[in-house]
Parts: sequence; C-alpha cells; structure tokens
Amino acid sequence: MTKNLRVKSSEYIDETNRISFKFNGKTYHGFKGDTLASALLANNVHLVGRSFKYHRPRGIMTSGSEEPNAIVQINPGTNRTEPNVRATEVEIYEGLEASSQNCWPSVEFDIGGINNFLSPFFPAGFYYKTFMWPASFWEKYEFFIRHSAGLGKSPTSSDPDIYDHRNIHCDVLVVGAGISGILAAKNAAKNNFKTLLVDEKNELGGSTVYENNEFNKINNKTPSEWLKKEIEELKNIKNLEIKTRTSVAAYHQYNYLLARENLTDHLEAKDKTNKIRQRLLKIRAKKVILATGALERPLIFNNNDRPGIMLSSAIKKYSEFYGVACGCKNVFFTNNDSAYESALSLYNKGINVEAIVDIREQSESKIVKKVKEAGIKIYWSYSIVDTTGYKRLNSISIMKLSNDGTSVTGSKISILCDCLGVAGGWTPAVHLYTQSGSKLKFDEEKQIFLPNQNTSEQVSVGSCGGDFKIDEILKNLNQKLKDTLNINETDLDSIKVEIDQENSKRNIWLLPSDKPLGKTKPFVDYQNDATAKDIKLALREGFRSIEHVKRYTTTGMGTDQGKLGNMHALGIIADTAGVKMGELGTTTFRPPYTPLTFGTIVGRNVGKFFDIFRRTPMNDWHVENKAEFENVGQWKRAWYYPINGETMHQAVQRESKAARESAGILDASTLGKIDIQGSDASEFLNRVYTNAWSKLAIGKCRYGLMLNEDGMVYDDGVTTRLGENHYLMTTTTGGAANVLGKLEDYLQTEWPELDVYLTSVTDHYATASICGPNSKKIIKKIIPDLDLSDESFPHMSFKEAKIGNIQCRIMRISFTGEQSYEINVQASYGKDLWEKCMEAGKEFNITPYGTETMHLLRAEKGFIIVGQDTDGTMTPIDLQMDWIISKKKYDFIGKRSLYRSDTMKEDRKQLVGLLTEDPNVILEEGAQIVSELNKSPVEMLGHVTSSYFSPNLNKSIALAVVRGGKDMIGKQLFVPMENKNINVTVANPVFYDEKNQRLNA
Amino acid sequence: MFLINCPYCGERDQQEFKAGGEAHIERPKQPTELSDDEWAEYLFMRKNIKGVQFERWNHAHGCRKWFNMVRDTSNDEIKAIYKMGEKPPAQ
Repeated sequence: MTKNLRVKSSEYIDETNRISFKFNGKTYHGFKGDTLASALLANNVHLVGRSFKYHRPRGIMTSGSEEPNAIVQINPGTNRTEPNVRATEVEIYEGLEASSQNCWPSVEFDIGGINNFLSPFFPAGFYYKTFMWPASFWEKYEFFIRHSAGLGKSPTSSDPDIYDHRNIHCDVLVVGAGISGILAAKNAAKNNFKTLLVDEKNELGGSTVYENNEFNKINNKTPSEWLKKEIEELKNIKNLEIKTRTSVAAYHQYNYLLARENLTDHLEAKDKTNKIRQRLLKIRAKKVILATGALERPLIFNNNDRPGIMLSSAIKKYSEFYGVACGCKNVFFTNNDSAYESALSLYNKGINVEAIVDIREQSESKIVKKVKEAGIKIYWSYSIVDTTGYKRLNSISIMKLSNDGTSVTGSKISILCDCLGVAGGWTPAVHLYTQSGSKLKFDEEKQIFLPNQNTSEQVSVGSCGGDFKIDEILKNLNQKLKDTLNINETDLDSIKVEIDQENSKRNIWLLPSDKPLGKTKPFVDYQNDATAKDIKLALREGFRSIEHVKRYTTTGMGTDQGKLGNMHALGIIADTAGVKMGELGTTTFRPPYTPLTFGTIVGRNVGKFFDIFRRTPMNDWHVENKAEFENVGQWKRAWYYPINGETMHQAVQRESKAARESAGILDASTLGKIDIQGSDASEFLNRVYTNAWSKLAIGKCRYGLMLNEDGMVYDDGVTTRLGENHYLMTTTTGGAANVLGKLEDYLQTEWPELDVYLTSVTDHYATASICGPNSKKIIKKIIPDLDLSDESFPHMSFKEAKIGNIQCRIMRISFTGEQSYEINVQASYGKDLWEKCMEAGKEFNITPYGTETMHLLRAEKGFIIVGQDTDGTMTPIDLQMDWIISKKKYDFIGKRSLYRSDTMKEDRKQLVGLLTEDPNVILEEGAQIVSELNKSPVEMLGHVTSSYFSPNLNKSIALAVVRGGKDMIGKQLFVPMENKNINVTVANPVFYDEKNQRLNA
Repeated sequence: MFLINCPYCGERDQQEFKAGGEAHIERPKQPTELSDDEWAEYLFMRKNIKGVQFERWNHAHGCRKWFNMVRDTSNDEIKAIYKMGEKPPAQ
C-alpha cells in the first residue's frame, strides 16, 4: 500500500531533512516543509477520518485552513494533545503523532459506518424529530448520541505551554500575504505607514509562488518568478513587520482585530519547552487591507466525498509546492479553466492525467488548447453521476448533461481513477470583511458575494475583492492602494501584464445524476454530512430563512464553518425556492475564522493570575495563624481561625463568645474608605445620605444609609468628620468601588456646582477593630497617654493618636454592639499594628475573629448587612430603619421614591427577627416562609436572610424579610423544608442588649 | 470594541470605559413637587432606539470623567463626543 509519490524536488521542501512521524500508530516519513497532509499524501494515504454523522471514510480535500475532512487529534494521550486540528495546517516535525477522530475502533474499520447504510433513516432534523418523545427519555438518548458522536478528545491534564497576549498599534494592517497582500504591504511601508503584514501560512506568497501558467506574465516573467523577487525586497523595507503562521481570528468594529501567532507548534517537543507557544495579537489598525484571497469551491454531485476526491487547486499545490502527486490516475471535473492549470502541472511532471470532465460546452483559452495538444481527453458538457470506491476512489461514471443542466442523457461512461480534482469556481474569502460589520452584495454575473459597504477604514484587494485574473488584480489593487493610502504613485504604475483570458463559464449548484435525488448522496457540507437532499427537505418542510435552513440541516455548522459548501447551499436554496441568491443573503460568518486554543484566549491569565485578588496588610499573619479565607468582592478576607481541628461552627462559637466576654480583634482593612474634602462636603453628605450631617461636630462619627434614586438601600457605613471641610466615609467592602463611582457621577453631572473632592483611600489604611469589655484596657496598653474616658472619648467619636512614631486614627464605633475601637494606620504598618494589639491583648485572651463571627455578632444586634439582608428591593422603612430618614431635609438621593404608592404599601417585605420553636434548630439562609401549611399553592411570605446559632443567647436566631412582617411580632409562621416543617415565631430583630448598654460597659 | 476619544485623555480602548445610559436626563430640582407619574418618568423611562442615540459614558479606568456620546446603535458609529454640560451637537 505504501508507495512514494514524491514527484520532484521543491524549493519549499528540504529533502535532506527527513522526518519521521506517526499516524494512527504507524510510522511514516516526510521532509522538512511538509504538512501532515502533504506527507500522508506522499505516502499514498488518503483515508484520514470518518464523517460526523454517517461515519463515511473521508480523505484530505484541500491544502489549507478550509479543510473540512482531514481533522485529526495531535499527540494523542499526552498533555499537549489537541483535537480538531486540520492536517493541512500541521507542519510535521520529528516525533509528531496524530490520529484520526470520530471512528472506533479504527479509521479503517469503523463500527459507526453502519450509519451510512441506515442513512435513509437519518434525514435533516432526525435528532429533533426522533428524540422528542417521550420528553423524559432525552437523558437516555443523549447518552448514546454523545457516545457515538464526538470530535476528538480534550486533554485531561493541565496545559504545559505558555501563552501570551500582545497589543499592536499600526497604521496599516495587511491580512494575507499573497500577491495582493505583498504589494499592498510594500507600498504602504514605502510610503511611511507603519505596516503589519500577517499570513496564516509559514511561507509568503500565497498561491502565486507556485503559479506556473506560461501564458500569464508580469514584466515578462512568470508570476511566481516575479513575486519571489518582490518577496526578497520586502526584507529591506523599514516600517514593515511581517508575521507568518499568524491567522486573523476576528475582525471587530473600529479596526480592532485578533490574530493568533503560532510560535512553536512546528517545533519538536524538545524545542517547545519554556517558549511561548501561541500569542494572541490584539491589533488596532488605522487602516486594514484585506487580501485574504479566495477559496476554491467543489462541485456537488453524487458521492462527491470519497477519499481521493480533492479540490483541483489543492492537487496543484501538492504537486508544485510540496512535490507530491495525489494519485497515479488523475481525473479533473470542472466548470472553469483553473482545473486545466492543475492538469497541466501534473502532465508536465509526468503524472498521468486520464481525462478532464467539463460541464461547459467548450473553452477556447490558450491553456485549454495546450491541454488538448498534450493529448488529455476532455469530455465537454459531461457531468459525473456517480463514483465508486469505499476507502479510496476507484472510478467515476459520467453522462452527457442536458442543455438546461438539470438532467443527464445518453449512455454512461466509466473512467478508472484514484484521484479526482474538482474545480467549481472561486469564492472570495469575505469572512473577515463581514465580521467587521461591513455589508456584502451579490454579483449576478460572477455568482459570488462581494464587499460592498465598508463600515471602517478598510479595503478588500485581490481575489477577496472579486478580482481573479492577474491583470485585474494588479490594476484594481493599484487604484485601491492610491485611494486608501492617499498616495499618487505606486510600484504598480509601470507594470506590464499579459494573461490568458478565460472566455467561458457555466455554474450549476447541484449537478444532476441518472438516479433521483433521493437515491444519491451529493454532499454540501462534508464535515456535518449535510447533503443537497437535506437542504431540499428543509425547504419542503417550510423553512425559508437561510439561517433556519442552516440550523436545521447543520450545513456550515462544523469546525470549518462550511467554508467550502456554503455557497452551494445558498445556490440550491435559491434554485429550489425560485428566488435570487442576492435576496437570500448569507449566513453570518462568526469569529474565529479558524479555531483558537483556549490557551491563546486566556494568555497569562491562568492560575493565580486568573482573576485579580486583594490582600490586606495583615494577610501574612492570618495565613501564619491558619485562618480560612473567604472571597468578598476581590478581597481575600479571614473567615474564621480554627484551632485544634475545630469545625467552622466550633471556631465561630468560640470566637463569638470571646468577643463578648473579653476581647476580639477583626481585620477591617477591606472596608471601603473615601476621603471627602471641600467647602460643600457637609452639603454633599446631606444629599447622598438619608440622615442629616450639617450638625455633626468635628471629631464625631455617624452611621449613614445611602439609597438609590429608586429609594432602595444601596450601601451603608460610618462617616467621621475629621475637620471643618474634611470627612472620611466608610462603605461596605464589596460596595466601595460602586459607591465612589456613584458619588463621582452625581458630583460631575448633577451637582457640578458643589466644591467637593473625593479620593479613594481604601488601600492607604489598615484597620484593626478591637471589641469587647476589655477593649479599652488593651488600647490603654498600646497608647498609654490617650484619654479613653467615656467623657473625653465617647461612643461614635474619633481621635488622632500616636503608637510610638506611627500616626493613627482611632474611631470608637461598633458593629458588634460591644465597646469597640477601630485603629487605622498607614497600610505599611498594618501587620505591625496587628501584632502589637495581639501582644497587648494576650492577658485578656484577645481572640482574632473572622467575617463569619462578625456576621453572627452583628446579627445578634439586628444590624443589617447590605447585600445579605437587602437585595435591591428594600427601603429603609422595610428595614424598620425609619429613624434614619431625615424629616427636615428637603431632598436626598432616593427621597421622592419613598413616597411612591408602591414603596408605601403596608404589605411589602419587611425585616424581622425569627426564633425557632426548638432553639437548637438553625434555619437555612434562603429558606422560604409561609403562614399556612395545608394550602396549595401556598403563598410565599418571604425568606430567611441571615441565620446563626448564638452562643451568647444559647439559641438559634435569624433575620428574615416577611410580607407585612412589621405587624406580625409574636405570630407563628412556618419554614417548610424538604423533610420537615419548622415552626418559627416572628420577633424583634434586635436579639441582644436591646438597650445598647454594652457600648459603654 | 470601540475606540473612544475621551475628551480629556484622547483615544482609548472601550475596555477602559463604562456606559451610563441615556444622556440629558436632568434630575428634577424639586422632586417633592412631582406626581408619582412624573417621578416615574424621570426614574424609569429610558429610550432604546435603533439609530442615533445620546448616551453618557465614563472613563472609569482612566480619568474617571463622565462625558456624552452620540452613537448610532444600528452600526455603533460614534458620531460625536462632548463634555458634560455642553450642548449636544446639532444633528
């Protein structure tokens, strides 16, 4: 079976560098410069995969990124394995391993192949129709469907490679380094535009570098000869950066493009380590020149998918560029002249070309004459009606086409062949163009979609702009460059071009067979196994929109996004429905153009760099003392400090008791802190908080509640008046950034006349909060000369002090209900302060406590946590905090909303306390509350917002929001759980020290 | 990804900005004088048109200044950018 199909040495293949690789476990050899596809073809391996639905044997179809069939798993079983890679894009290296996908047990013998023979039972929408009923069975069906389908295997261990992102700003980005791209980049750079040229291949030049049609000449040279000289010259041009192996994945608005630069995929394993594998380029270009070229279309005929059936242009590339013959007996099937170039290319290398089957009536171009002279048999006005050969093509049958192209007549001729090149014309690669938001227009004469309305500074040149012949390309490129770059002259002004004119075209989207359509398999989408029959069925079933037909038949929904077959699908729909293709429009081309690895997308943002996190200055102490942490916004906060294997419950009970019985210490550094200064600072606070601020004395603190304009509680915190025009506001930990944003918004847009300056100082200060009956003694030990008497330093006041040389601010404020002091120092002294407090508090068993204990202690006091006991639908009145709403102030944010009919309703959800009948039962937060058990459907009155077991009260306590709860104190309600109903009594939400006597105890 | 010309900093990537909804909705000076319906009009009602729209934007990860933008929502073309307090350009 293995034979060598190398036909000549190519300058792009290094035959002195022999490379061995494995495919499906078998070792093969290729040369440096080969792709996996070209190396396999050189070994006469065409069968590389199985199709998705029918598991039909499939071979390599193309030579580029549009490949639908040759999809392989690279390096299977290793941590570098990658599924769904196009064999046509993989450059081989020593040690490369690849395997077929979607087949079991092997590509040669695939059990799923039975689907092919059952295919009459698998029409479009088969899965939708069949597995609809009974609905509850879907899970069982899904198991089998998923098992038998599948596109490769994802790696099971973490990716060993490094990925990177880079921002690039340039004047001109040129996408595609074929002849148009190279000339565009050269002229842009020469005119002092900072230019970036990218191409997905490893070599520049596109298809022109192996274009050897002797009838085309540029300045009396063949286009390939001429272009190679131009490429040479690029090296000496300043302002030009060239990136090969770089595929533009997405073209967004405002000329923002994403490209993947492949750096190590072509290297041996030993050369890959410690290098960046792929880099995501984020490109902002002032102007974009698209030179993405065109993709050759296949032809749609019965059994057009067998291994050995390839694009005509691919056969030419394998022969000219890689020096590989794709078959020993070649036939071409075409509707235009380009197959003749491929045929001649093979002929000139001594490879057998059996025949050319052409659906046109004739063509008189020079190249066709040359083929005739070579003695190659041409069947004019014939079409292929069937092919044979299961794992490799072995013959085709042809018949005469009727004049209207809808049927075949006469007798059947059979031609033996092992390779068939199909040429169905060229489709401009407009994918990136449309991604940018620009609009296409259908060209009736050329039967293609062309760029029409640009939404950004861009231009499509070369064949992606609809120019296919070298003379058209160069002439239009010249003018487009002058217009786009605003230049008067270019290199192209003096160029002389001769070309061979094609003079005959015939386009038939679906070629007829002697069998009815129902008995044939003309594949439109190879990867998803959608046939022309499926598309027609969708139309018969009433689908009209191209987007719906696409989804119903899955045409164009594979990893190749239907790059080959989309135009045929449109053509068949248009012909069948009797509409014009231009009216149908196209399906949307979505990014990425070719698949991207997750690694490229995330770049360096993996592991600890996945998301930003913030740590307090005391963090190291918490870590050393085995704290468990919880995430609060971006902060890592100490949650609780278990000792001797305590559970969270045990630790929290201990911490809570200690804080009330002697002393506790909390790292409160994460609270948001906003420094407010300016002559209108007091007025500003009056407007943003519900309570009044004008009379707050310097050195005093006040709790404030901030609403949204809709009257709902937004944030809360204590604000201290540091000076006449100077306040320090604290916010909730999670709300800090939003509160600052909101205050800035009002200052800049609604009240620009106010003289107020806001500065976020959250990170500037570290805060240790010491609470409990012994807190005063501990502070006294740390700052002996500070007057801590209740007269001089009462609750809700502030003092400046010094600990040694360290300046600090001390607020006597409390979130626990205990006497409590918050010491603020410059962040860099935070850990030092904490250690001093621990040392001073030792004799009082000072106990560090985390956020969980903080929550428990405040719940005992009925203090709310914004975001836990509120959810954006709670007014201060709902929270029973009417006392904080100033009656005197004319206005504050949200005031008017408190008098809307809806916010004044009596039966809104209101904050209450709940006590369980059995004091040992702890309610679940989020549990629902009802008043009746035997009603269906039962009305939900509210839910539990906070729930704990209070060690200080020796019973469970909970806060809840209950519809009309304010008037229900003492009433019995129920909390129905999965397997029991819990009886609860509505209570006052202040469970502990209702008279606040402990604040001064 | 828009490229937004902040009136204070110049062209910056959209990532640095935050959209703030419809522009030129002034907070009523005397909210207590308004009926529920009038207040609701200010509080809740926002346009969401296909076509030219006036919007507020904030250079949140930059100078933190708010400004106004005229944007065509059908194709995301930014037609004008002007500072807070300035009159919108004539259409």
